[in-house]
Amino acid sequence: MLRINCPFCGIRDEEEFDCGGEAHVTRPENPANLSDDEWSHYLFNKVNTKGILLERWRHTYGCRQWFNMARHTVSHEIIEIYPMGSFPSFNGMNVENVVKEVEA
Amino acid sequence: MDKFSLLQLAKHSLKGHKNWSPQWRSPEPKKTYDVVIVGGGGQGLATAYYLASKYGVKNVAVLEKGWIGGGNTGRNTTVVRSNYFYPESTNFFDHSLKLYENLSSELNYNVMLSQGGMTVLAHSRHDMEMLERWSNSLQLQGVDAEMLSCAEIEKQNPLLDISKNARFPIWGGYIQRRGGVARHDAVAWGYARAADSLGVDIIQNCEVTDIQISGNSVSGVSTNQGFIRADKVAFAVAGHTSVLAEMAGFSVPIVSQPLQAMVSEPIKPCLEGVVVSPLVHAYVSQSDRGEILIGGGADRYPSYGQRGNLPVLEETVTATLGLYPSFSRLKLMRQWAGIVDITPDSSPIIGKTSVTGLYISGGWGTGGFKAIPAGGDTLAYTIAHDQPHELIKPFSIDRFAKGSLIDEGAAAGVAH
Amino acid sequence: MNLSKQINPLDRVTNAHRVNPAKPISFKFDGKTYVGCEGDTLASALLANDVTVVGRSFKLHRPRGLMSAGIEESNALIQLESGSGYDEPNARATLIPLYEGLNAKGQNSWPNVNRDVFSVLSLFHRMFPASFYYKSMMWPSWHFYEGLVRKMAGLGKLPELPDKQHYEKQNIHCDVLICGGGASGLAATLALAHTDKKVLLVDAQEEFGGSLLGENRSIGSQSGLEWVENTLSQLQAAPNVTMLSRTMISGYYDQNFLVGSQRVTNHLGRSNENKKIRERLLRIRAEHVVLATGAIERPLVFPNNDRPGIMLASGVQCYLNRYGVKAGQRAVVVCNNDNAYRVAFDMANAGVDVAALIDTRASVNGPFQSKIKEMGIPLYAGTMIRKVHGRRKVKAVSIAAHNGDGHLGKTIKTIECDLVAMSAGWTPTIHLYSQAGGQLSFNDELKCFVPNRCDQNISVIGAANGRFHLEECLTDGLHVVPKTLGTTVNPELNISACDEFAEEPSEAYWYTKNENSEKQWLDFQYDVKVSDIELANRENFLSIEHVKRFTTNGMSVDQGKTSNVNALAVMAELCGKKIEQVGTTKFRPPYHPVTIGAFAGRDIRENYSPRLEMPAHQWHVANGAHMEDMGGWQRPEYYLQSGEAEEDAIRREVLAVRHSVGMFDGSPLGKIEVKGPDAAAFLNRIYVNNVESLKTGFARYGLMCNENGVVMDDGVFVRLSDDHFLLHTTSSGASRISLWMEEWLQCEWPNLQVVICNATTQWANVTVSGPKARDVVALLASDIDFSRESFPHMQVRIGTVNGVDARVLRASFTGEISYEISVPARYGQGLWEAIYKAGEAYGITPYGIESLLVLRTEKGYLHIGVDTDGTTNPLDLGWGRAIAKKEVDFIGRRSLSRPNDTRDDRFQFVGIEVVNPSDSLPVGGHFVNSANPIIPVKTMGYVTSSYYSPNLDKCIGLGLVEGASARAGEETFVYSNGKTIAVKLVQPSHFDSKGERLNG
Repeated sequence: MLRINCPFCGIRDEEEFDCGGEAHVTRPENPANLSDDEWSHYLFNKVNTKGILLERWRHTYGCRQWFNMARHTVSHEIIEIYPMGSFPSFNGMNVENVVKEVEA
Repeated sequence: MDKFSLLQLAKHSLKGHKNWSPQWRSPEPKKTYDVVIVGGGGQGLATAYYLASKYGVKNVAVLEKGWIGGGNTGRNTTVVRSNYFYPESTNFFDHSLKLYENLSSELNYNVMLSQGGMTVLAHSRHDMEMLERWSNSLQLQGVDAEMLSCAEIEKQNPLLDISKNARFPIWGGYIQRRGGVARHDAVAWGYARAADSLGVDIIQNCEVTDIQISGNSVSGVSTNQGFIRADKVAFAVAGHTSVLAEMAGFSVPIVSQPLQAMVSEPIKPCLEGVVVSPLVHAYVSQSDRGEILIGGGADRYPSYGQRGNLPVLEETVTATLGLYPSFSRLKLMRQWAGIVDITPDSSPIIGKTSVTGLYISGGWGTGGFKAIPAGGDTLAYTIAHDQPHELIKPFSIDRFAKGSLIDEGAAAGVAH
Repeated sequence: MNLSKQINPLDRVTNAHRVNPAKPISFKFDGKTYVGCEGDTLASALLANDVTVVGRSFKLHRPRGLMSAGIEESNALIQLESGSGYDEPNARATLIPLYEGLNAKGQNSWPNVNRDVFSVLSLFHRMFPASFYYKSMMWPSWHFYEGLVRKMAGLGKLPELPDKQHYEKQNIHCDVLICGGGASGLAATLALAHTDKKVLLVDAQEEFGGSLLGENRSIGSQSGLEWVENTLSQLQAAPNVTMLSRTMISGYYDQNFLVGSQRVTNHLGRSNENKKIRERLLRIRAEHVVLATGAIERPLVFPNNDRPGIMLASGVQCYLNRYGVKAGQRAVVVCNNDNAYRVAFDMANAGVDVAALIDTRASVNGPFQSKIKEMGIPLYAGTMIRKVHGRRKVKAVSIAAHNGDGHLGKTIKTIECDLVAMSAGWTPTIHLYSQAGGQLSFNDELKCFVPNRCDQNISVIGAANGRFHLEECLTDGLHVVPKTLGTTVNPELNISACDEFAEEPSEAYWYTKNENSEKQWLDFQYDVKVSDIELANRENFLSIEHVKRFTTNGMSVDQGKTSNVNALAVMAELCGKKIEQVGTTKFRPPYHPVTIGAFAGRDIRENYSPRLEMPAHQWHVANGAHMEDMGGWQRPEYYLQSGEAEEDAIRREVLAVRHSVGMFDGSPLGKIEVKGPDAAAFLNRIYVNNVESLKTGFARYGLMCNENGVVMDDGVFVRLSDDHFLLHTTSSGASRISLWMEEWLQCEWPNLQVVICNATTQWANVTVSGPKARDVVALLASDIDFSRESFPHMQVRIGTVNGVDARVLRASFTGEISYEISVPARYGQGLWEAIYKAGEAYGITPYGIESLLVLRTEKGYLHIGVDTDGTTNPLDLGWGRAIAKKEVDFIGRRSLSRPNDTRDDRFQFVGIEVVNPSDSLPVGGHFVNSANPIIPVKTMGYVTSSYYSPNLDKCIGLGLVEGASARAGEETFVYSNGKTIAVKLVQPSHFDSKGERLNG
């Protein structure tokens, strides 16, 4: 059972939240200009890291607000929770690369 | 290979079972193989077996980072069935079921296939209409499916609460009589033993750390037991498909999630076959040992931690008690999780990849166990001929770009 | 020598800690009545009554007696209160406090455990080695044997009657959770009493004290028992401490979330008829967890070590001291460690004839040995039991010299006895630690696995950490725990000297290597023997997980509590490896089986899923509505008048709407308000349609796709003002769609100034529909002009109706003139009644969902989720041209240009008529190209909706058909359950296809 510190409501059980998958995925500006492969990549290929994963969560049965989370997918340790539109600040990994990777 | 039979068992019993030989060898890896299969679960072992037995490729290694059959093969709820909605899926899974039906004799290993039937329940008028759509689809594809009235459901499953006062009363359902369960360990071990006897090297505790690619062709794998050369490499690693694909430099549309399962303490037989309720999302069967086996949904976030979790357990158990109130006083004995690799349409990705000589069998989601024989057979064909087998053409990775998804969940309201 | 004892079950050892022979309790076992006393468990009472066979093993039906006095019991599994609605299969006799009238039955035997005909299987045990089933029963087929095998398997029986009791759940937060109320747990709690930590102490037993309850120990000047009582009274006075006995922590999950089950009234048995909660599931979040879970003794492994009368030494000691029951009259103790000597002391002091102390160690000469000799108990150092005499109860043992590594010499002596107390050392109870993700390491000196490293906030103390001595337990609790938690160590809490003596090191004795391995039991329940591990090894099952699965060792209901380490050790010996190299299997929750009902708590039956009732629910029920659950909402399918059948009611309602006027409760209709300067721009990206061109006061039917181009929802949206929209969605889609829109807004387009509110349940909605609808609404007191000219179709008006704020929309799902009137939910029933009254003159007819579905099918209006599946895109619904006209992007648009989405042989939306009017059209039937399809045949689509139309007097339907857009007028066939009928493909709209009635 994850215990998630909602930035707006405080610590709650995972049952109140929904995981929205990979964070920092930006919808293409002009989808019409993309090839089928590129569009498919945006639609379906999500980062599935065994390790620290940046993902977005919603406090569905609470404030219904979205936020980002850096979480380890083996230990389930929540390393950082940070607002939408920002990047994680924690040490111990090259965040820029992670973000670049997930945006690529 | 020792012959397995009741008579042999009796003969060996006279010698105190001291003369059985190993079911498979523990060979040192050779420097080069024609085919290296990464992953010693059911899929990988079956692929090796069919390569050697059916397609004449015997210089094959199966590399397993832990112990064979220790991943999802040994963690699932052992359901076998072929009642899918789309012909693409049904044809594939019925091929699998047919191979299962002859598997004990083919492998000379009792996989304890128990075809007690798979019953799908409807809880509303709409559910009944959807099940009609589904069972008619099966009938047209030549797969057995039979609509059942509420009374027939009760006859088949006297423990089900069929009263109108149930929170979600049962309206009826349908049954695939050929559906049922098989012993997961026996399937893995049976394929391993048969493959080994044909010369396949099964190498346990061998973890792949990198994939060697020259130009756009695979040339081997690095492992904790050294580099192994092979011009053909196949991934059959269930929840870890993304990790292996990343080593090979491509990405797959897969998310890994834990799928929870649980068993009660063993009790005397009281359930026949498998019963599933798509509405409340629970499926129930009884093992030959007498445990009530309950399966449910996946946890709602990605994970590689093979651990049980409480919320899904509570949901699944509660749903199950709605169907089987008499289970209330049984005790839950064990809970575990497997890591399933889920694709956007919950159908597998199986076949060739963009890298020459690299094949993939993944994205099995919750349906990998029932697919073992067909997955092994068709992947072996594909590797041997470097051409996709007819049955798996629809499951190639390029279907996502084309939009040709095979979304069973969307069509019939039931995920794999 | 006669060892049979005078049976007086109430004749207990004096000074027994916890029983009161003055208060007898009668109970039944296998139909026979016995008597025990207050404080007994079922097990202690059976033992006091000299009931030797209490169970049968799973596979070979060997007779089994009690093995232990605690949670590790693997033999005494019984069916409690059979056939009463208070049943419990596989209950451990050692864990059931005796209550008046208790009725227990043996399991897995016929006619009873004492005389079980299936025990004949034991004679053929060689036919059933580990995994024999994989090697046999293939000819003619497994099916041929399966029924028999299944019948032989299983233990207890499923209760036949419904559960008569209840369960609940409790959520608990605490700073420190202490699991285990034995010496170390109590000491730890004492150290934290009166600090600022909120402490929860739980213990699985009926009362606190742990092993001190069953031992005769001294702590300083107090007896162990006095120390427990004094400590408890101190703890009760501490405001920061909560204590729960009868509470077992069964699961340790991520982030220090633990699950426990509290047996609230189990000990009352059936006297608790229906009144109270039986068990309570505790969901505990603890900042820190202290595991003080103690240790479990291991059995020694030697031939026929499963005979009744051979027990764990700790069990013998507990029955003696705690319950005052002598497990035998003439005992031998067999062990490889000093601790078991204490059991010999206690027995001798209580008057049991201790015939021998058999120690596998040759050179031992410490205080324990001296004391044994002092007491006159014959000590046989360097020997081991070679043979057990007696089948249904041990009668004697033969001993032989032990050479030090598990090999025995010839029998040197046979000792008569009726009890063997055995000990192979202790295994720390680290199941929860392992569940928490903790790694274990093997301690060579202690010969057991001990905690090593764990990422969670956890500490392990006392015997659970391999610190078995009482003084170590107290030190851990009183000093180590406060240091770990950073609280001050209370100087008044000294560690009193306990009755400890220097111990000689224990010595491994894993099994008897030169005796028959087929008779040396490891897992007593599933009949796993040393020979099975040998077979696994022989057949190359080397990983411990393989060994477990191949032999089933540790997979029975005790989950290997006494067998795991022994099996590991045997495997290690066979492969010539160290135990830690063989590994250890992962422990999974629950630690000990938990009642399934407890996991559901109160969330069963009606509480499983709340029923949503519409504001006018009471009116509907009172007026014959046949209610059905639809996406949680309780909705009238139709209203039955006296004497009517379902079809009659639907026909009456449909005709009323077509010819006069009907009214419909549409309150569950999804209503989402979208407001803000960018509302129109935002919705333009959400809807397939053009939104920005919609004028204020107007409405438009819209479609939404997901990014994959699949139709998600539909409904009429309304522009209430320049920056304010009201979106109608399907009833079941309202919540999903509003969350989905929020996601786009918050995650993708945070710069858009828009707010979203799902107002579905804020508004009640009554739809008045039919040629006379305008006449009816005109009778309502309203400031809205309902006339044909000023309020046309697909417009909205805001005003009041009967003095209440109202929004009125002219949109129609019936094809008739319709006014959808929405008022705040609390006025819903009032509005309903007012309209009903106003409509009386026109014979207004309430109609239900089923009638509405007939009406909309006649009109060919789409029902999302019924007429579409998870692959249907807007092009399949004929929206190609509309999309082409929209110039900007919307969610899902790009997907519609993929090769597969533009194929012209996709399943497309179509109307269906039966060719022969007497045929009915089966929903779920598939389109095929022939009246006699040759199977297998490709499906050409399916019938999604079908109704008998009273207006057209035949069956009509809707469906998804391959390439339908080019096939109007074509005849084809529908297959369903073996039959085929001829049908014609037509436009979806079967009735008034020009829509002239909408504004008539």
